[in-house]
Amino acid sequence: MKKMTYAEGIREAMRKKMQEDPSVLLFGEDVGKFGGCFGVSAGLWEEFGDDRVRDTPISEGAIVGAAVGSAACGLKPIAELMFVDFLTVGMDQLVNQAAKMRYMFGGKINLPMVLRVPSGGGVGAAAQHSQSLEAWVTHVPGLKVVYPSNAQDAYGLLMTAIDDQNPVVFVENKMLYSAKTDVDENELKPIPLGKARIAKDGTDVSIITYGRQVFDALTAAEALAKEGISAEVLDLRSLYPIDKEAIAQSVGKTHKVVLVSEECKRGAYTGDIAAQIAEEYFYDLDAPIKRVGALNTPVAFATDLESYILPNARDIELAVKSLFD
Amino acid sequence: MKITNEQLKDMYLTMLKIRKFEKNAMDKFAEGKIPGFVHLYIGEEACATGACAALRVDDYITSTHRGHGHIIAKGGDLNYMMAELFGKSDGYCKGKGGSMHIADADKGILGANGIVGAGHNIAIGSGLAIKYRKTDQVCVCFFGDASTNQSTFHEGLNLASVWKLPVVFVCENNGYGISVSQKRHQAITDISVRASAYNMPGITIDGNDLFAVHEAVGEAVERARKGQGPTLIECKTYRWRGHFEGDMTVYRPDGELEAWMKKDPIPRVEKYFIENNVMTQDEINKLNAEVDKMIEEANKFAVNSPAPSLESALEDVYSDIVEEGRVR
Repeated sequence: MKKMTYAEGIREAMRKKMQEDPSVLLFGEDVGKFGGCFGVSAGLWEEFGDDRVRDTPISEGAIVGAAVGSAACGLKPIAELMFVDFLTVGMDQLVNQAAKMRYMFGGKINLPMVLRVPSGGGVGAAAQHSQSLEAWVTHVPGLKVVYPSNAQDAYGLLMTAIDDQNPVVFVENKMLYSAKTDVDENELKPIPLGKARIAKDGTDVSIITYGRQVFDALTAAEALAKEGISAEVLDLRSLYPIDKEAIAQSVGKTHKVVLVSEECKRGAYTGDIAAQIAEEYFYDLDAPIKRVGALNTPVAFATDLESYILPNARDIELAVKSLFD
Repeated sequence: MKITNEQLKDMYLTMLKIRKFEKNAMDKFAEGKIPGFVHLYIGEEACATGACAALRVDDYITSTHRGHGHIIAKGGDLNYMMAELFGKSDGYCKGKGGSMHIADADKGILGANGIVGAGHNIAIGSGLAIKYRKTDQVCVCFFGDASTNQSTFHEGLNLASVWKLPVVFVCENNGYGISVSQKRHQAITDISVRASAYNMPGITIDGNDLFAVHEAVGEAVERARKGQGPTLIECKTYRWRGHFEGDMTVYRPDGELEAWMKKDPIPRVEKYFIENNVMTQDEINKLNAEVDKMIEEANKFAVNSPAPSLESALEDVYSDIVEEGRVR
């Protein structure tokens, strides 16, 4: 076992794929010599040069469009948007073009593109640089959406995403970039999309989550254990395709569900998962489904306000406890 | 640019195919055989024809909501196109795309497009792929006057010029963004002036002059193939029909359509053929009859093609996932 940061996991997957496959290239704002706004691509420009690690103008529509067009013409582009918030600027290219081309064209085109989008709050970046927008992209048929929580998964999921023949939105949590986690070097290999991971076994309640909230859920689970509640933490890893089997198994075992994400709660993807559980596994439940998310406000700047708005381990703990009252 | 008589005849044949395909689409839409929206290209045939005649099979194009002409000119199959307009299973898109989404990746047709201005950025992606692979292909990006007010126009032309991508931007200025005339949607007359903002060559030509289009696009294509970067070509033209079928064109001044019909690109070529002994009137008539037959065949193909199965609606969302159906 060695320790690797989340950013390194992403970078090493890109490096490996670029070494293996000449059709893989990376472009985006400041991804070149600058190494990316969060340093994720540091060193790749030096290794692969201008052609394969390209700085773009600040033109999000063009960045996503260049990914769509180059993927349609046979490359495997990795496009980085500096913040997921800027996806709004390139949304047509993702939603109307990338997601729909295969379908509109009767299946006669492949679009092997990855759009990397740093997401989430916690860094005092305020409302236009802190959002969690996975509900927007999971809503769109034709997109796959991946959201790793640790270095091993980031590496393995990105390896798979790059080779996927469909557009993949690869959501990265910016608070996690510097988080070091254990990595099994023998297991540094592609991870299939649509397979959840049990981050912690448990018997009394299923905390179903992804991204940064996996760590909050584990913290909550520790606190809950002291009170005799055994919480299972399921890290979805891939939001679409989603591992319904893993959800069903966990719900069937614990009969209680708390869904957690950093999205503002209204319209969050957790709502859709909750609805699926209610529709399909209602009789497995012995308590209402609980959801934990951010407040329904933009993310505020001041540290105290931001922490108040975003969900944390304590919120998860309280949500779980409410099911045992 | 030297064009042989054979090439000229091919181009004329393409224009006829487009005109007759569109007239047929117009009729079939009126008969209720074609659902949805149909945007016809009648009157603009010289643009697509002249431009695509300068291309090879392995070159790319991006198209628009008014895309039938581009697709035919780039070698699209009339049968598959017509079947797609009819929403049939043998259509280019198995009935899932319709008039606005026909594509043929094997012929470099990266799709008609329902979003005005979307092609600019797809074209730079195509240009990037070409440059990355170091081939001498090019991508021609077709778009209308109104799309030059979208941010994508600026993003696309800027990136194409700063990266010196092999993209030829062909603006078909037909004078209207839906019902709003160019005078009312932008404060310039010649869209080609915008090229100077990107330090790329820009030229305005008579889009109803097949020779002028072919020459201008041909020169731009040659520059692009040599790695000399993009060009903006504005073709002044006019659509005879409304924005879509059913548009009563109340916004057109009296006499405007009639004046443009006098500049019909097709008789202009016929006149040249006869004056220069390229084709006789008899040969012209014969070719017209042949194209009529092709269109009739395409109609038959479309009518006889089965409707898509309902299950097929669940396929092709992803390469490897079939979505769940509805239980009724």
